[in-house]
Amino acid sequence: MLTFMASDSEEEVCDERTSLMSAESPTPRSCQEGRPGPEDGESAAPWRGQDGEEDHEEDPDHYVCSGVPGRPPGLEEELTLKYGAKHVIMLFVPVTLCMIVVVATIKSVRFYTEKNGQLIYTPFTEDTPSVGQRLLNSVLNTLIMISVIVVMTIFLVLLYKYRCYKFIHGWLIMSSLMLLFLFSYIYLGEVLKTYNVAMDYPTLFLTVWNFGAVGMVCIHWKGPLVLQQAYLIMISALMALVFIKYLPEWSAWVILGAISVYDLVAVLCPKGPLRMLVETAQERNEPIFPALIYSSAMVWTVGMAKLDPSSQGALQLPYDPEMEEDSYDSFGEPSYPEVCEPPLPGYPGEELEEEEERGVKLGLGDFIFYSVLVGKAAATGSGDWNTTLACFVAILIGLCLTLLLLAVFKKALPALPISITFGLVFYFSTDNLVRPFMDTLAFHQLYI
Amino acid sequence: MTAAVFFGCAFIAFGPALALYIFTIATEPLRIIFLIIGAFFWLVSLLLSSLVWFLAGTITENKDGPVQKYLLMFGVLVSVFIQEVFRFGYYKILKAKRPSFPPLALRRRGYGFQTFSSLCSFIKASEGLKNISADETALSMRLLAYVSGLGFGIMSGVFSFVNTLSDSLGPGTVGIHGDSPQFFLVSAFMTLVIIMLHLFWGIVFFDGCEKKKWYALLLVLLTHLLVSTLTFINPHYGISLVSAYIIMVLMGIWAFFAAGGSCRSLKLCLLCQDKDFLLFSQRSR
Repeated sequence: MLTFMASDSEEEVCDERTSLMSAESPTPRSCQEGRPGPEDGESAAPWRGQDGEEDHEEDPDHYVCSGVPGRPPGLEEELTLKYGAKHVIMLFVPVTLCMIVVVATIKSVRFYTEKNGQLIYTPFTEDTPSVGQRLLNSVLNTLIMISVIVVMTIFLVLLYKYRCYKFIHGWLIMSSLMLLFLFSYIYLGEVLKTYNVAMDYPTLFLTVWNFGAVGMVCIHWKGPLVLQQAYLIMISALMALVFIKYLPEWSAWVILGAISVYDLVAVLCPKGPLRMLVETAQERNEPIFPALIYSSAMVWTVGMAKLDPSSQGALQLPYDPEMEEDSYDSFGEPSYPEVCEPPLPGYPGEELEEEEERGVKLGLGDFIFYSVLVGKAAATGSGDWNTTLACFVAILIGLCLTLLLLAVFKKALPALPISITFGLVFYFSTDNLVRPFMDTLAFHQLYI
Repeated sequence: MTAAVFFGCAFIAFGPALALYIFTIATEPLRIIFLIIGAFFWLVSLLLSSLVWFLAGTITENKDGPVQKYLLMFGVLVSVFIQEVFRFGYYKILKAKRPSFPPLALRRRGYGFQTFSSLCSFIKASEGLKNISADETALSMRLLAYVSGLGFGIMSGVFSFVNTLSDSLGPGTVGIHGDSPQFFLVSAFMTLVIIMLHLFWGIVFFDGCEKKKWYALLLVLLTHLLVSTLTFINPHYGISLVSAYIIMVLMGIWAFFAAGGSCRSLKLCLLCQDKDFLLFSQRSR
């Protein structure tokens, strides 16, 4: 889901100036009364791996803030426009990195393309003789998966509504523990097996322990921004790899389609669980668990001595962008890209130092599903790189379009539907139409 | 085979494009976005042409023999047409959307593009461009022509060559059945020339559209058709590859002048004497 967000980070002034950033997202600024936009309905990216722990933390807080009162609206517009492209790139880079990790693993480590059973959420097998039966089984698998997701999301909303914060925090910590230790241990083991590298247990223990412990600290407490982002990308990739391995083929595609429909519905319908979660968080004026969101917020400090007629000059005042990152927990949220507008100080006659946070937030669930799509394309495309690349470009274009719509509509939007639709269309068309054409051309060394 | 061939061919084919990307596009988010949109347009054109080829194949009921070869040639020609149509479509969209496209500011700054497009001094140009891009908020149509041409070229080159490249890593012997042993090398050079040609075609095409010089569009289409049909005579690489490079050089010269370069600015740039010129245009080196 994409929303505009501006948050106040006054209480975190000290933290922001140091290199360690608090894992908590700053509380939203009080200028919320400006324009409480409809916030997201981000569909939760529910479902975690095999052991049934699911994080349905989603719904990053979306606060729509029209900026500091007194700022000329045209200036605001220009600022939004000027930084819109930067935010798109700030999302392109982590999404691309996650996909690269997933595709590289899929292409080199055999483990993730071998079939070794299925998740309990997809109980119906696809090893059936007839096509109709297979299709039916995959649809049933999808229904079960989606209903599990819906139930968990509603459970999360209820927990949040009745203020069971400790329960939610414990849940998040458990799931990120499992991800950071167990899944990365398995991943490391498989990579070592693939390259036939021997590693003794003490070294292995030390490596996994350090990796996991630093990850827990970065994600749930404080850590450098880049490290937090890197851990987020890694756990999204790990989760996507688990899905690629354990989801049967047709079920995976149907699930991808269904989850983007669910995302659309949950974000845009008034009674969607995600929307309710966000509205509750807005009423209480607190951030929704930032754990499941990738954030690349930048903090701008703008100082202004006094109002002068050329208050447009506020734009040219020196500012220090500081990177701040919200904490994010395990995966699970459907994406919320959020774009924050920087409010400009416009109060006449005062010395004003204001910190504003503007950044983009994308839920980890989006990372996961994008990577699942591209990874599945890489795994099943019969060694074809064209399909993978086509899906990659399609997803990036979908993300770009979604961000453009966000800039136009200025309300929470689901980030999955457009990208996943493009990705699916391009996967099937490239695999069936483009691949034979390009193969024949390459064989005869013809160039178009 | 093996890693040497893989890396060698990869850098031959994609080295210049990568350098252009790193020095001129990677620093500006807007340009990256337009590059990816250009790549997407090329991809859609490829999809359409594959569909046409596939339908033609099903209509002729997939008979074997020379029919397949003719079908392939037909597919290639149709694909070239569709690519140029999509290039025109991209131009129309950029022209229509530019005034209100959210990420773009509304100022036009075309002067930065002259040195920018000069081939021989692209490194110096990128330095100058870096200074411009610090405060540049607008994208001129010339810059968009460059970016879109590069986007088309990169996508075209990648799609043509990446499968061949991944095969070059694996075990195998080239030309064991009597084919040319220079398969990979020639493919790499051909990919390079295609990428650069797309770049120049983009610049010339957009310039022709802007100045309503329709013969430029026709010439772009004709040269594209020429280059593609010349590859039909592969593996007689001498003719196809050399003529493709000659066409590339000619298109490059045309693109240089179309983008606003001149012999004088080129000379000044090469002799590093363009400080006054830059100063006059209010840019720093």
